[in-house]
Amino acid sequence: MIRVQEQDFDIGAELAKLTDGNTAIGGLAVFVGLVRDMAGGSGISAMTLEHYPAMTEKMLAEIEAEAQARWPLEASLIIHRYGRLEPGDQIVMVAAASAHREAAFEACQFLMDWLKTKAPFWKLEETDQGALWVDARSSDDAAAARWVKRDPDAAE
Amino acid sequence: MKLLYFAWVKTKTGLSEEEVTPPDGVATVAELLTWLEGRGPEFADALADREAIRVAVNQSFAKPGDPVGPNDEVALFPPVTGG
Repeated sequence: MIRVQEQDFDIGAELAKLTDGNTAIGGLAVFVGLVRDMAGGSGISAMTLEHYPAMTEKMLAEIEAEAQARWPLEASLIIHRYGRLEPGDQIVMVAAASAHREAAFEACQFLMDWLKTKAPFWKLEETDQGALWVDARSSDDAAAARWVKRDPDAAE
Repeated sequence: MKLLYFAWVKTKTGLSEEEVTPPDGVATVAELLTWLEGRGPEFADALADREAIRVAVNQSFAKPGDPVGPNDEVALFPPVTGG
């Protein structure tokens, strides 16, 4: 399930809903992203998340479908917020449930890594130096790249 | 063709969206960017660093050689920073 919304979410309630009645689930991995109060040595008073609604829904659905195809998941969830957020606020929540922990852990990390580089969201931070668009990080590209499947026919 | 701009591409061009009719000969993403650059200093500035521009055609990431046509929705934006 995917949701893109302005309002906050309740982690416990979301997880209860996700696993409700499904006793095939033996492992549930969850990641929650929060707004930090510092970036690159500057204090942050707030950030505004902009997105491209039509593409966001499409990309998140594709990312979730890819996770479902790669791991034997019983349930999965991506919630991403947009709009103005303050330090400590929840930005994103990703969860993956499977019979065993390995698939749950891996799928949860995969969902976040791909979301970071493929879902069309942009952060505008309100810093001591004024409002600044956050730059993409090469470490996020590297984190996403480790999940790219190698083409077995490709020449080395 | 509908163009959408996001994040600092929007800030630099001063536009969030517009309808355009590129001239004949603009058939790919790369050709569209080159044409846009010539429309004025704000576009030249926004598109100066091609490596920093991502393009989506009809809500899917597109490469420089991918085709664009009159009925397409084309979005220009920097690398994404969500999560």
